[in-house]
Amino acid sequence: MDKSKIPQGRLISAPVLDRTAPPGARRAFLRGLAGASAALAGGAAAAGFTPGEPLPVPDSMKRLGKPVAAQPYSQPSPHEANVIRRQSPGLTRTNESSIAFTPLQNLFGIITPSGLHFERDHAGVPDLDPHQHLLALHGLVARAKRYTMEDILRMPSVSRVHFLECGANTGMEWGNAAVPTVQFTHGMLSCAEYTGVLLSTLLEDVGFDAKRARFLLAEGADGAALTRTIPLAMALDDAMIVYGQNGEMLRPENGYPLRLFVPGVQGVSSVKWLRRIEVGDQPWHTREETLHYSDLLPDGKSRQFTWIQEAKSVITSPSGGMTLLDKGGYYEITGLAWSGRGSIKRVDVSVDGGRSWKTATLQNPVMRKALTRFRFDWVWDGSPALLQSRCIDDTGYVQPSIKQLREVRGTRSIYHNNAVQTWQVTASGEVRNVQV
Amino acid sequence: MCRSSAWLAALLVFSSSSLAGTPWQSLGAPLTDREISSWDIDVRPDGQGLPPGKGSVEEGQAIYDAQCASCHGTFGESNDYIALTGGIGTLTTSSPQRTVASKLDYATTLWDYINRAMPFPHSKSLSVDEVYAVTAYVLNLGEILPMDATLDEKSLPLVEMPNRKGYTQAHGFMTADGKPDVQAKACMQDCAAEVTVTSELPAGFTEEMYGDIRTHFRALAGMTTLQATAAKPLAETVRKSPAELAATHGCLTCHGVDQAIVGPAFKAIAERYADTPDAEALLAAKVRAGGSGVWGSAMMPAQTGIPAADLAEVLAWLLAGAHTK
Repeated sequence: MDKSKIPQGRLISAPVLDRTAPPGARRAFLRGLAGASAALAGGAAAAGFTPGEPLPVPDSMKRLGKPVAAQPYSQPSPHEANVIRRQSPGLTRTNESSIAFTPLQNLFGIITPSGLHFERDHAGVPDLDPHQHLLALHGLVARAKRYTMEDILRMPSVSRVHFLECGANTGMEWGNAAVPTVQFTHGMLSCAEYTGVLLSTLLEDVGFDAKRARFLLAEGADGAALTRTIPLAMALDDAMIVYGQNGEMLRPENGYPLRLFVPGVQGVSSVKWLRRIEVGDQPWHTREETLHYSDLLPDGKSRQFTWIQEAKSVITSPSGGMTLLDKGGYYEITGLAWSGRGSIKRVDVSVDGGRSWKTATLQNPVMRKALTRFRFDWVWDGSPALLQSRCIDDTGYVQPSIKQLREVRGTRSIYHNNAVQTWQVTASGEVRNVQV
Repeated sequence: MCRSSAWLAALLVFSSSSLAGTPWQSLGAPLTDREISSWDIDVRPDGQGLPPGKGSVEEGQAIYDAQCASCHGTFGESNDYIALTGGIGTLTTSSPQRTVASKLDYATTLWDYINRAMPFPHSKSLSVDEVYAVTAYVLNLGEILPMDATLDEKSLPLVEMPNRKGYTQAHGFMTADGKPDVQAKACMQDCAAEVTVTSELPAGFTEEMYGDIRTHFRALAGMTTLQATAAKPLAETVRKSPAELAATHGCLTCHGVDQAIVGPAFKAIAERYADTPDAEALLAAKVRAGGSGVWGSAMMPAQTGIPAADLAEVLAWLLAGAHTK
């Protein structure tokens, strides 16, 4: 489309604050800014200049900046202080068995910065020494073995980009709209480049019993010694033991120094702080696959071993909590799509609550069991709108509506809510979480 | 998938022989039975993994009251954390209570979880017999075992849980090619006659629960009114050390602390002016004016841009010996 003919949606720029000014002067500047920005268009006052007058030469051009490696390990600009993981108020009783959500509303592309990767712990984050850490592999194998981290780092490695989504992501939304932003509706979701050793490589090394082996038990070295049953077919397909995330070692909260990673499967299976794998012929029915992480249906039965994360998408901008500052004008609709069964083939976007749909552009790369970024040009006419995205994966599966999911599963199953998300844009430009 | 199937077939062939080796076979070490038994704590529904031991409901009550009741409630009823009792028969209702008594299908899972993860702040602090005893007491609170019951490795797998048949594996979530339970269609036009909002957050809910939600967005590019009304000053920068100030103002481009570069080393300057009265004022004037000849022919440009306070701090540090630690 010809964007030159479209009024541009206004995004107010951040004010340029003189950090060397005394605090009183800074407050006066802010007071002036608050008054002026309402009157002046284009955020010029906020950016500290008057249109038509000579542009000020910033102080940064008149002095030396900080020396190289002022921070040996860099931190984000202090202006990015709002871009952080958050807990959802009232969701959990303790900070050790809890969840921190990824701020999807603020992220670009498909890779989640390691410091913003969502975090779900069951008994806090252990501080593990890689020199002491051992992985034991035993059970129905010819040669039970233990490996040090040095052993594992020397084995043949692979690097792959995959999403990781908690099975309970969007779980608060089964019955009704419950949380205000995409951080809380969908933020138990991240995507990274993971480096490690294929589990099949290790299973081959110990000579697993191909006649009897059907399942594996993975166990963490945390206070909960978290355990999950993994089917052998997934272990031999694309499961990995992972030590690298986005080019560096795993962060402690994501399993340092070693975690299991089962692509496309609910996050709890990717056991962090991995210390032991046992090969067996039956599932273990651990607490995290019976009492929890099982999906209660209206007839009182619970679906057990609901491993796969089905295709799902969500618009991350505009999304709940934002305000469209200009009534009318161009806004890019962008979001994420993913499927635990394969890759994303298509994403459609609706701005009228699902009455009509148009196909969005997929940003390369589009990878199996990884987040895919989509974009859609939208010229808002200033009237109320209902924004939705709907994805289709390479099995032909179409992301369902919440109504369709409820017809089959009711509202009490907690896990695997992959419904189409609706963001309502009001006439005043406020964006809200609603269901239709 | 084709590639991984071939890989799987190849693996099956190789793995059927315990003699098959990998090029990385020398990595890792054999795990002895004694090592395995020290780590292998998992328990299966058929009882595999249960260590010999026993504990009674009565013994369990004393341990439970001391170590478990503060979170789970005296009768296991507290929903603040995880309720252990009650809720039997509620799973078909609109308010299902997922408790140990109402939802668990095997008592072995209860034993396994107490043994590996409880009591919450001090996991793995109970002895084997204590785990049997607490398991027995929790099952008694749930009206599954009588008061006089004792559990051991033989009897625990035989306990019949009320929800024993409450699970199904008849669904499409166990394999990547499983059949989905919902078949949606990708309609493109005239997909609905009318669309109504059926659910939204109550007025004031977000503010009460989450505070000012605008602070959850990047002020710069977010479609938010945040910085126009509520820009917050960033935390004050940490005061730099004299050495950092010297770097910031470019002094260290020409002067090393220990060694001369274009100009003399800071420590050499400190030595030369050690006994000079008013050395700081003298050097400040030299820095401001620039010049050459004292240390050689290289010209020091006039340094007019350094704030007086910073210059004083750098010179005081320099004359005190330019110590970096």
